[in-house]
Amino acid sequence: MTSTIEQIASQEYKYGFVTDIESDQAPPGLNEDIIRLISAKKNEPEWMLDFRLRALRHWTTMKEPTWANVKYGPIDYQSICYYSAPKQKKKLNSLDEVDPELRATFAKLGISLEEQKRLSGVAVDAVFDSVSVATTFRSELAKVGVIFCSFSDAVQKHPDLIRKYLGSVVPYTDNFFATLNAAVFTDGSFCYIPKGVRCPMELSTYFRINSAGTGQFERTLIVADEGATVSYLEGCTAPMRDENQLHAAVVELVALDNASIKYSTVQNWYPGDKEGRGGIYNFVTKRGKAFANAKLSWTQVETGSAITWKYPSCILQGDNSVGEFYSVALTNHYQQADTGTKMIHLGKNTRSTIISKGISAGFGQQTYRGEVKIMKSAEGARNYSQCDSLLLGDKCGAHTFPYIEVRNSSAQMEHEASTSKIGEDQLFYCQQRGISAEDAVSMIVNGFCREVFKELPMEFAVEATKLLGVSLEGSVG
Amino acid sequence: MLDIKNLHAGIDGKEILKGLTLRVGMGEVHAIMGPNGSGKSTLANVLAGRPKYNATSGTVTYLGKDLLALPAEERAREGVFLAMQYPVEIPGVNNIYFLKAALNSVRKHQGLEELDAMEFLQLAREKMKLVEMDETFMNRSVNEGFSGGEKKRNEIFQMAVLDPKLAILDETDSGLDIDALRIVAEGVNALRSEQHSVLVITHYQRLLRYLVPDFVHVLADGRIVKSGGKELAEELEQKGYEWIEDEVLAAR
Ligand SMILES: Nc1ncnc2c1ncn2[C@@H]1O[C@H](COP(=O)(O)OP(=O)(O)OP(=O)(O)O)[C@@H](O)[C@H]1O
Ligand SMILES: [Mg+2]
Repeated sequence: MTSTIEQIASQEYKYGFVTDIESDQAPPGLNEDIIRLISAKKNEPEWMLDFRLRALRHWTTMKEPTWANVKYGPIDYQSICYYSAPKQKKKLNSLDEVDPELRATFAKLGISLEEQKRLSGVAVDAVFDSVSVATTFRSELAKVGVIFCSFSDAVQKHPDLIRKYLGSVVPYTDNFFATLNAAVFTDGSFCYIPKGVRCPMELSTYFRINSAGTGQFERTLIVADEGATVSYLEGCTAPMRDENQLHAAVVELVALDNASIKYSTVQNWYPGDKEGRGGIYNFVTKRGKAFANAKLSWTQVETGSAITWKYPSCILQGDNSVGEFYSVALTNHYQQADTGTKMIHLGKNTRSTIISKGISAGFGQQTYRGEVKIMKSAEGARNYSQCDSLLLGDKCGAHTFPYIEVRNSSAQMEHEASTSKIGEDQLFYCQQRGISAEDAVSMIVNGFCREVFKELPMEFAVEATKLLGVSLEGSVG
Repeated sequence: MLDIKNLHAGIDGKEILKGLTLRVGMGEVHAIMGPNGSGKSTLANVLAGRPKYNATSGTVTYLGKDLLALPAEERAREGVFLAMQYPVEIPGVNNIYFLKAALNSVRKHQGLEELDAMEFLQLAREKMKLVEMDETFMNRSVNEGFSGGEKKRNEIFQMAVLDPKLAILDETDSGLDIDALRIVAEGVNALRSEQHSVLVITHYQRLLRYLVPDFVHVLADGRIVKSGGKELAEELEQKGYEWIEDEVLAAR
């Protein structure tokens, strides 16, 4: 009894701020008190708080990077609220209450009515309730020992795994945005596939139970134990709006010996209006580490956000490990994207493949930044890189910065790059056969992306195709 | 079917067609010949509605409609087909998928039911046989890596599937071997009927031997300067164009 009182007393001392601890939202600003509040709200163990505090202290010594080829006004990190309790979205009674523009987009994307309801927060019938579907799936996963839960749950229920792997691929000191995330992340997903298990279904954030709003600073950790296999889907094609402009997520993948992780993303954050106002800034750190004979594969389709800063990378540590990066990034109107990948070859006979397809339309600006590093230890390493850009119109831009560093002369490197425009002749050819200009553009763009789309899980690929069409609307004419 | 009156048209502000008049009746096959650079492809492109070509004056009436007022895709849907002199490659776009999209947009416009994958495939197979094209071409990207002759054959295949009312063939015979030439001619002859008209642009008499035209016209310096029956083609082959130019000059 006394000890609890003491605890409370010391806690209050520790927090030392005026806000009511029961309040749902922290005051804006970033300092140790706020971090302690977040950690306490989430009832985290000491080591977790420690991790956050170390990150914060490091962050205060860092400068926001300026090397990326994107332009945006200064972000005031002290004006952001770093904690607010997960709010229940306001439930609507029927789809009639949903913004008609949003509904039109849903229809174009071919999203089913039930799915539309779920996405826009309309109460759904019990039968279709995604939570009940998720429960069924969870029990199936539990049968084979797969853990798939929110990050917060994992901190409580699987602390050993989190302590072992958190920050093992993206250390809290890694970069400005990753360090910020390490200090303030609120939730995310955790996934563990036990030794030798092939995950019986595609895991998607969609089915994660307790998915209380993705949040601004999301943290994902996926661990595939020796010989395990998993395919993970992130995001959805439906347009995502969020009141928070800045998003800084971290994703860490760990593929132990002979394991394989396939991570697919379709990102469609709000890109801002046609003048580029109000879109999301998406600064993401994604990285995986592959041990002996393991395989990491990133596939992404990026069509959203006002600014995208994102380099899913692979550290090929084990011998014979494989890293792949397949990417389609589209910028229209005033969107800016600086994306690419890093392949760090450490192990012998490591192989990596990079296929990047960039599409710019309107005033969109796009930069591909790829780094392939063959370290001294990486005897017999191989890399194949191909980055192609497609321009629609003459006010957009594409830039390519490949960095290659080879410290072992046995490495085999192949690099191909191209920039093309949708030609007047191609458009006319389609139109002459009766196909409208818009359909023609989306057909040509999809053809351009085919090598990447075929890496996506079937269902995702179909949606991605439609998504490109919708995202390109208004880019011809 | 097609009535062109005093058409002036050009590209990038340069006038190329300088008052061209031509009438193509229902079910007729017309051949257009003429020296390089005389404006044959320009005529074909203007009729098909290629945006970079501008018609500055004159009229074109097609099945009672003002053709020049329609955008390119509408013309195609109304049954105008252009087999291009230089067919375009579209990487990554499946040849058969492309043609299905084309056919269905035409059918939709004409109030016909769209074909499903099975029905379409059946039609495509039948037409591929007609043009003696290997089925492996179905799954390749549109014209990508096709040889010159294969591209031309693909144009005829597309024409056979789309079944246009007015087909314009811009030098489809150039660069073809003898067999391909016969196939192109057979493709056109198969289309030939009361409801279909064909405009064949060619430099050579040899195609016209398989594909006997009802009329032959000579286009020079943006105008039709001479018209005649199929004998005119033979005469041109022997004598070249110079004598016509002399005749035209003499007539002025
Ligand atoms: N963009 C352009 N600007 C100026 N002149 C052009 C342009 N494009 C084409 N021309 C000219 O228009 C003229 C007619 O060209 P067109 O392609 O219609 O000739 P053609 O009769 O089809 O010739 P060929 O038998 O060689 O195919 C040519 O002199 C050509 O150089
Ligand atoms: Mg020509």
